[in-house]
Amino acid sequence: MNALGLTGGVCQAVIVTAGAPVLTGVMRQVRAKLEGRAGQGIWQPWRDLRKQFRKQAITPDGTSELFRLAPLVLLATTFIATAAAPFVTTASAAGPLADLFAVVALLAMGTATLALAALDTGTAFGGMGASREMTILALVEPTLLVSVFALSVRAGSTNLAAIVTATVHDPVRVISPASLLAAVALGVVTLAETGRIPVDNPATHLELTMVHEAMILEYAGPDLALIELASSMRLVVFLGLLSSLFLPWGIATALTPLALAGGIAAFAVKVTVLGAALAAGEVFMAKIRLFRVPELLAGSFLLALLAVASSYFLTSPNP
Amino acid sequence: MNQTAFVELLNLACGALLVSAVLILWRRQLAAIIRWFTLQGLALTAIAAILAADARDARLGAVAAGVCVLRVVALPLLLRRALAQAKANGHPLRETSPLVNVTASLLAAAVLTLLAYAVSRPLVQLSPGSPAAHAIPVGLAVALIGFFALVTRRRAVSQLASFLLMDNGITAVGFLTTASTSLIMELGISLDVLFAAAVLQVLTSRLRDTFGDTDLDELRELHD
Repeated sequence: MNALGLTGGVCQAVIVTAGAPVLTGVMRQVRAKLEGRAGQGIWQPWRDLRKQFRKQAITPDGTSELFRLAPLVLLATTFIATAAAPFVTTASAAGPLADLFAVVALLAMGTATLALAALDTGTAFGGMGASREMTILALVEPTLLVSVFALSVRAGSTNLAAIVTATVHDPVRVISPASLLAAVALGVVTLAETGRIPVDNPATHLELTMVHEAMILEYAGPDLALIELASSMRLVVFLGLLSSLFLPWGIATALTPLALAGGIAAFAVKVTVLGAALAAGEVFMAKIRLFRVPELLAGSFLLALLAVASSYFLTSPNP
Repeated sequence: MNQTAFVELLNLACGALLVSAVLILWRRQLAAIIRWFTLQGLALTAIAAILAADARDARLGAVAAGVCVLRVVALPLLLRRALAQAKANGHPLRETSPLVNVTASLLAAAVLTLLAYAVSRPLVQLSPGSPAAHAIPVGLAVALIGFFALVTRRRAVSQLASFLLMDNGITAVGFLTTASTSLIMELGISLDVLFAAAVLQVLTSRLRDTFGDTDLDELRELHD
């Protein structure tokens, strides 16, 4: 742990927590504009959160402590991942915790806890949502691990900070086949894990094929606000990982105010552009059938595996 | 050409070759399969052109031009004509039910890629320093994926595309192993492939005229 990493970690935690709902608002606004609607403004998610936080906490009859703890676990794991991953600076606030396996395990733990909470309510919708989420998660986690592993082969470390540092020093490796394949695989994983079209539709609340919304159907008030905040932060974490691993330009390498400001600005711009592109792409796509989702995820797993394979197949230009 | 740029470009072209093979296996729409096949022909042309530029070999450059004419223009044209005929006769334009479903065949492609890597180790070790030799598993993987698609697909047009996919893989292995295939030999092979594709296309249309459909599994009984 060093000063650069610590400053970056604090900056990231503040920016992501404050900015994640704004990003959700921007994405909804982009979508609304493209569909010819006026839209609700980019601050609407924050207004919704404020309204939810003021409400009385209420839980369904017969639910256990797990139901009450799940939103906190989800938010806490996402928050730790946010602070540890290298988004603003190339160093990490918690060195060993920025490891690939630790970050993926943290994100998976949040999802698994939420699925358990959905089962805890004993409703049909909760059970269906949990079973679908686990189906998707079982295919997403290996893809996520393998695709980042493809990048770590060249860097010689599974520490995300080390991978990002190596990429900053050798930008040509971004256009190598291993990196491009891993980028596509990680992009598909981001769509699946954050519940965007074509895997899940974030705009619906009453649809038989919904996944995320089915799990959180029984939540209300402050608990729902925590889950909504954590979901939007997860989207930022995934987009941030994409931008740090594949577009590491502008990331701060030294602890000067200018470099830090540049890193923050670059992070915000990259994530906003990626999010807006995602929202614009969603307008032109339809949700695929639930039984076709494994096909999409198997394809992305294959691309991730090819990324690892090609980093062994093909010689590196600078041995 | 700069050595680093040469290796990066060659790796990129080999990656494009492999990804287009995977996408041909992934997609069901026959029109999309033909589009990805055309892009794969471009990747193969790029491999030949990069090797020619690196070796400053005019003959290999001529071979690259020939590959481009054959695999980017002629063969996709043949495939598109077969597809247009199928469309005119009102036949389905999708690979509706391959013998192995798409998810399983994608996972099979992953296994085949690793197999290609394992069996081509001795070939790679023949010239350990050469970046082209290191890319041999990619060509072999494309050939294996093509063979897998050939035995699991049902529609005649997609079987034709799979056959050509396999041939693309074999040609890629040829370029990567020798780098100086004699012009006459390459011409002979290319003509062979063109004729095979033409014969298969004629055969497909005759099959369709006689039996009305091109699902090859229907051809179980002998007719007078």
